[in-house]
Amino acid sequence: MASRRPDHPATAQIRLDLNGEQTTVAFAPHKTLLEVLREDLGLTGTKHGCELGECGTCTVLLDGRPVLSCLVLGVACDGAEVRTVEGMADGPRLHPLQETFADLGAAQCGYCTPGFLLASKALLAANARPSRDEIKEALAGNLCRCTGYLKIYEAVELAAAKMRGDEAEPSEETLYGRP
Amino acid sequence: MGGRKGRHQVVGTPRRKVDAVSKVTGRTLFADDIALPRMLYGRLLRSTTPHARILRVDTSKARALDGVHAVLTGADFPVPFGILPVSQDEHALCPDRVRFIGDPVAAVAAVSEDVATTALDLIEVTYEPLEPIGTPEQALDTEEPRIHEYGPSGNIHKLIDLEFGDVEDALATADHVREDLFFYGGNTHLAMEQHAAVADWSADGKLTLWSSTQTPHYVHRALARVLELAPSRIRVIATPNGGGFGGKSDPFSHEIVAAKLAMLTGRPVKITLTREEVFYCHRGRHPTLMWVKSGVDRTGRIKGMHFRTLLDGGAYGSYGVASAYYTGALQTVTYQVERYRFQGARVFTNKPPCGPKRGHGTPQPRFALEVHLDKIAEDLDLDPAELRLAHLQPPESLTANYLRIGSMGLGACIRKVVDGAGWKERFRKLPYGRGIGIACSSYLSGAGLPIYWNHMPHSGVQLKLDRGGGITVFCGSTDIGQGSDSILAYIVAEVLGVAVADIAVVTADTALTPVDLGSYSSRVTLMSGNAALQAAERAREILVRHAAAKLDVPAERVGLADGQVFDVENPDVGMTFAEAVQAAEAAEGTIGTVGSYTPPRSPGRYRGAGVGPSPAYSYSAAIAEVEVDPTSGIVVVPRIWIAHDVGTSINPVNVLGQVEGSVYMGLGEALMEEMVYRENRNLVHKIPSMLDYKSPTTLDMCDVVTYLIEDPDPEGPFGAKEVGQGPLLPVPPAIANAVYDAVGVRIDEVPITPEKVLKAIKDCDKGRDGRFGPMRFPDVPWPEPTRVPPPWEGGDGRAAESGAVGAGGVRSSSVSAPPVPAPEERQH
Amino acid sequence: MLRLPPFTYLQPKSLRQALRMKADAGPDGAYIAGGTDLLPNMKRRHQEPKVLVSLSGIRALGRITGGTGGSALSVGAGVTLTALHTHRRTRKRYGALARAAELVSSPLLRNMGTFGGNLCLDTRCNYYNQTYEWRKAIDFCMKKDGVICWVAPSSPRCWAVSSSDTAPVAVALGAEFVLVGPETERVLPAAEFFNDDGIRYLTKHPDEILTEVRLPPANGWDATYWKLRRRGTIDFPVLGVAVWVRWDNGLVADARIALGGVASYPKLVPEAAAVVVGTELEDDAIREAAAAAYRPAKPMDNTDFGLAWRKEMVRNYVTGALEELKARRGSGTTKRDV
Repeated sequence: MASRRPDHPATAQIRLDLNGEQTTVAFAPHKTLLEVLREDLGLTGTKHGCELGECGTCTVLLDGRPVLSCLVLGVACDGAEVRTVEGMADGPRLHPLQETFADLGAAQCGYCTPGFLLASKALLAANARPSRDEIKEALAGNLCRCTGYLKIYEAVELAAAKMRGDEAEPSEETLYGRP
Repeated sequence: MGGRKGRHQVVGTPRRKVDAVSKVTGRTLFADDIALPRMLYGRLLRSTTPHARILRVDTSKARALDGVHAVLTGADFPVPFGILPVSQDEHALCPDRVRFIGDPVAAVAAVSEDVATTALDLIEVTYEPLEPIGTPEQALDTEEPRIHEYGPSGNIHKLIDLEFGDVEDALATADHVREDLFFYGGNTHLAMEQHAAVADWSADGKLTLWSSTQTPHYVHRALARVLELAPSRIRVIATPNGGGFGGKSDPFSHEIVAAKLAMLTGRPVKITLTREEVFYCHRGRHPTLMWVKSGVDRTGRIKGMHFRTLLDGGAYGSYGVASAYYTGALQTVTYQVERYRFQGARVFTNKPPCGPKRGHGTPQPRFALEVHLDKIAEDLDLDPAELRLAHLQPPESLTANYLRIGSMGLGACIRKVVDGAGWKERFRKLPYGRGIGIACSSYLSGAGLPIYWNHMPHSGVQLKLDRGGGITVFCGSTDIGQGSDSILAYIVAEVLGVAVADIAVVTADTALTPVDLGSYSSRVTLMSGNAALQAAERAREILVRHAAAKLDVPAERVGLADGQVFDVENPDVGMTFAEAVQAAEAAEGTIGTVGSYTPPRSPGRYRGAGVGPSPAYSYSAAIAEVEVDPTSGIVVVPRIWIAHDVGTSINPVNVLGQVEGSVYMGLGEALMEEMVYRENRNLVHKIPSMLDYKSPTTLDMCDVVTYLIEDPDPEGPFGAKEVGQGPLLPVPPAIANAVYDAVGVRIDEVPITPEKVLKAIKDCDKGRDGRFGPMRFPDVPWPEPTRVPPPWEGGDGRAAESGAVGAGGVRSSSVSAPPVPAPEERQH
Repeated sequence: MLRLPPFTYLQPKSLRQALRMKADAGPDGAYIAGGTDLLPNMKRRHQEPKVLVSLSGIRALGRITGGTGGSALSVGAGVTLTALHTHRRTRKRYGALARAAELVSSPLLRNMGTFGGNLCLDTRCNYYNQTYEWRKAIDFCMKKDGVICWVAPSSPRCWAVSSSDTAPVAVALGAEFVLVGPETERVLPAAEFFNDDGIRYLTKHPDEILTEVRLPPANGWDATYWKLRRRGTIDFPVLGVAVWVRWDNGLVADARIALGGVASYPKLVPEAAAVVVGTELEDDAIREAAAAAYRPAKPMDNTDFGLAWRKEMVRNYVTGALEELKARRGSGTTKRDV
C-alpha cells in the first residue's frame, strides 16, 4: 500500500467530439467525465457541487442528453459527443439562453449556471415551446441556492421565444416587480 | 431592455451584471478552477470522534507514501484564531483536543487528491474520549468537561441580559399578557460551491492565497496572525464565491493549512473541500430556543416585551457572541415596543460550529415574534395585518434599545401584500386545509461596527481615470453572486455620466484594493456604494473644474452624461469624457480619487449596544398561502406575496433576484432544511449530503409575487438599502401563521414538517392543544441585567448605575407616554 | 472532490463476453450499467471492485419489444429510465411502470440510470450511504466494514431499505425477470428476485446478468404507483405503493399490493390485497385494505422522515392508490396514460 500511486496507473485514451471539435485526451482510467473535462482538458466551466449525482451542477450534454458528468466514466465516452458551457456560444455570439440568463439575472453566483444552461438547452432542443411546468420538470435535477429558480424560468421562456423567432421582451414585472 | 426614464441614467434601470457574461460562458474562475504549475493537492484529516483528547498523531506512514510532500499536525499551528477578537478559540489543526466530528486534526500535501486521500488513511490518531455534549440543556447541566476553558461557566459561552425600562411593571399593567415558547432549528447555507483555497509561496517570502471567502480582509488578518507573517507579505484574493450566504465569512482551517503547506513545500497547494466537509465547516443558523412574554393594550400596542433566547453554538465561538446579541437586537425596529428586556445565552456543544447565515441571528426571533403577534391578534380579535399597521415604529426615530431608524417603509409593504393577496377577503375565510398568513421583518444595511475595534472606514474605493476614458474601480468588496461588483460600476457610471461598460472593476484583492470589511451583514451596497459615490463625486469635481476652464463656463453649469462633459445650458458646447480626463490629467497629473465610508455613530452607549445599529434598515412584509393535507400533515406553499422596502433599487432586476432567492431560502428553512445529528451515535451529522439535506428543487419552489417599495433612505447611495437577507425573514413565520389559518394548529417550531403538523392536528382532533413546539425553557444562570432607560423615559443611551435603576418616577411617567421620540432625539 | 478508487474498465460487446469477463475477474469484478448507483457507492467505498464490466455496449439489453394487442411487454434491463417512461406503449398500457420510472430521482439521472439498475438498486440506509470517514466515526456497520446494524443494534441482520421505485411495480404487476448466467438462463417471478435482507437483497448470483423484464399482457387489469418523498424530485422513496387489480364484471377479481421503502425488499402485502378481492373498492374495503397494509409495514429509523409517520402514511398511500383505481374504473378506461 505504501508505494501505491493510485492516480498513476496506465492511462486511458479516448476520442471525443468536444464542443464540435475532434479531441483526443489521455487520463487516469478511473476518472469521471467531470474530472477529465476540468483537469485534463482544462474546461473548468463545468462545476461540481456534490460529487455524488445529487445536485446537477456538473450537467453536460452527452450525445445530446443532459447527464451528471460526476457519474459518467471518462473511459465510457470514447467516440461520444460532449457539449459543455464553453461550447454554447457561437463564436463571439452568445447562445440565446446565455443572453437571457445574463439579462434577467438568472445567474447570480454563477456556479450552478452552466448546468442549468445545458439542461435548458436540451429542453429547448426537444420542445420549442415549453410550459412553465415542463421547464420545472426539465430542470428538476439542478439545484440553485441563489435565485429561487424564478429568474431561470423566465430566462428559459424568453430564450425559447427568441429561438422561435418571436418578438419577445421581458415583462415589466420580470424587470421591476409587480406594480 | 428598456428602462423606465427616471431621474437617473443608470440607477433604477434593469441591466446585466458586470460579470454576467463571464458567468454564463463558464469563464468565471472560482477557486477550485485555479490550477498553477507544479501545484500540489492538500486534504485535511478530520476527527471521527466528537469530543476527545488527542493522545498521539502518527504520521510516519503517510510521510513515507510516494507522492506525499508534507504532513502537518496541530503542533505546527500553535497560534489560535477566530473571527471575533473575543473568541480566538480555533486552531488550523487541533493541537490537543477535538470538539466535533469533522474537526481537522492533520493535513497532507501530495501530487494528487488521490494520493492525499490515501495518505490520510495512513495517519493514525489515538484519542482519549471525553463526554460529548449534544444539546444546550446538557451543556447547561455540564460543568465538566468544558468544551472551552473560557466563558462565564461550564459550557456557557455567552450570557446577555439587557433591560430597557421596567418590563415587569409594563407586563403587570398591560391589558393582555401572552407568553410563548418557540424553537427554530439549525440549518446551513449549502452554497453550491464547496469552499476551496489555493496558496502560493514565493521564495522572496511572499504568500498569495486565492480563496472562496466572503471576507478576504479578515482572512488576511488571520493568516498574518497564525502564520506569524507580516500582513504586508500576504496577499489574499477572494475569488468569486459560488454562493456564500454567510458560510464563507469565517477564516477557515483549510485556508491557513493550504498556506502553510505552500510555505513548507515551496509549491502551490490547493485544498478543495468535499461537500461533506462543507457541512462540517457549517457556521450556519444557530438552533435557537426562545421564550417571549409580551404585555399589550387592547389595540395590540406592545407595552413591554421580555424575550429570552438559548443558542446552540456548536463547538467554537465563530461569530457566536454577535449571533447571540442579534437574537435580541431587532425585535424593536418593526413595531413600537415601549419597554424591552432581552436575555440571551449561547452554549457550546460538540457539533459543527454555528455562525452567521443569511439574516444572522434574526430569523429565529423574527419567527417567534411574528407568530407571537399572530396569536396576540387572535387573542384580541384583531386582524393581524391591522394590528401591525397600527403600531409601526415611526421613521426617523429611536427604538427602546437605541437603534436609530431612518426611512421606514413597512406600512407600504404591508398594504401592498394585503391588497395583492386579497387578504381581507381570504384571511380566516378559506376552506379547511387552505390558509394564508402574514409576517413582517426588518434587517440591517450593514453592521454599524466592524468585527475588530478600530476607527478606520468600513469600506474604501479608489478610482483610476484613464486618459482613454476608461475608469477602474478598486474596492475590497467581494462578489458572492449578490452583484456587489456591479453596484460599484453602476454608481460610478451614474455619477460620471459614462456607460457601465466603460468601467473596469477590480475587487477583493488585499494587494490591489482598499479594505472593505466583507460581504456580510448586507453591508456592501450601502457601504462600498457610498465609498464609490464619494470617490466618483471627487473625480467628478476634478473633471468639472478642468472642463469648466476649458469650456469657459462656470463649474456649476458643467454636466456629465452619455460620455460627454458639457454646458448644461448649451449642450452643444462640450467635450467627450476622455477629453475631460485628458484636460484634467494635463493640468494635475495622473487622475485618481479615493472614497470611503464609515457608518454614523450609534446613540447606544451601553455594553452590547454595538450589535444592532445600522445606517439603515430594510423592511419586508410577506403573505404566504398554504395547502395543508390534514390526513398527512404535508404542507404545500403555492404562492408567497412579498413586498420589500429597499430604499432605491439600483438595479431592479437584481433586487428582484435577491428577494426571490431570499424567499426560496426562507421556504427551505420553513419546511425542510435542518442540520440533524445522531445523538445516539457520537453526534455524527446525520445527513451531510446534497441528497439528504433537503434543499428545495424546482418542483418545491413556490410562485413569488414581488413588490419593491422605494422610499430612498438618506444614508444609502442614491437612497439604497439592503435586499440580500431581509426578505428571508418573514417567510417562515408567514407560513406558520398560514398553517394555523388552514388547519387551526400552531407549529411553534421550524422546520414545519408533516410529522409535526399531523401530530398537532391529531391532538386537536382529540380535544387537546393543537400545538407542536417546545414545552420549557431551561434554567439559565442569567447575570444581573444591564439597565438602560429607553429614550422616552429620560435615557441617554447609557446604562443606569447598577442598583439605581428603574426609578419610580421614570416608571410612572412612562407607561402612558408613546415611545415616539422627541424631535431633539431624532437629530442624534 | 470525492473520487473513484482505481479499477480496470472492460467494455464487452456481447452478453457472452460480459459473462466471461466477469467470471475471470471473480469477486473483484462488478457489472456496471448506468453507474448512477454503483459509482456514488464506489466513491464512498461501499463497493470497491477492481474490474468493472460495462453492460452499456450490449445492444440486446436496450430494446423494448411486444406489448401490443395481447402480447407481453419485454423491456431490456439496459433501457434507461428516460427511455422507459417516455416509451409510448409503456406509457399507454403499463402506466404504473412508466410512472414509477418517471418518479426515479431527477431527469438527469434518468438519462443515465437503467431499468435493470433501478431493480438491482443497492439497499439504502443513512448509516450506510455515507463516506468511509463518516462511517468510521460510527465504527462502521454490518453492511460494510462493521459488525452491528445501528438501526437495530441487537438484530442479527441488516435493515437497509429497498429504495427502488420500479421494483414494487414489477412485483405488483407480476413481472418476470430473465437472468443469464455463465452456464444457465433462468426466468424468475419478480417477487423471487428480492430477498428480505439488507445485505443479500437479491437472489441474483453476482455473476448473473439481469437481461430482460417481461410484463404480462395488458388486458383486464389496472395498476398504479404512489411515491412518498420529501421533495418533488431527486429523493428516493421513503414509501412506494404499487397496486395491481384485475377487474371482472365490476368487481376486483384479483389484486396485489407491494410496498417499497418499508423493508429490505419490495414487500407484498397479500393480507391487504385479499381484502379488496370481490369488492367494488367501496370505501370500507379500501379502508380495511389500507389498515391491513399498515400493520405489516415496518419502516425503520434509517431514511428521511420519522418511522412512525412513514408507517402511518402507508395507510394514506394505499388508500390513495386504491381510490385512483376505483375512480378510473368508473371512468370506463382501464389503462391510464400517465
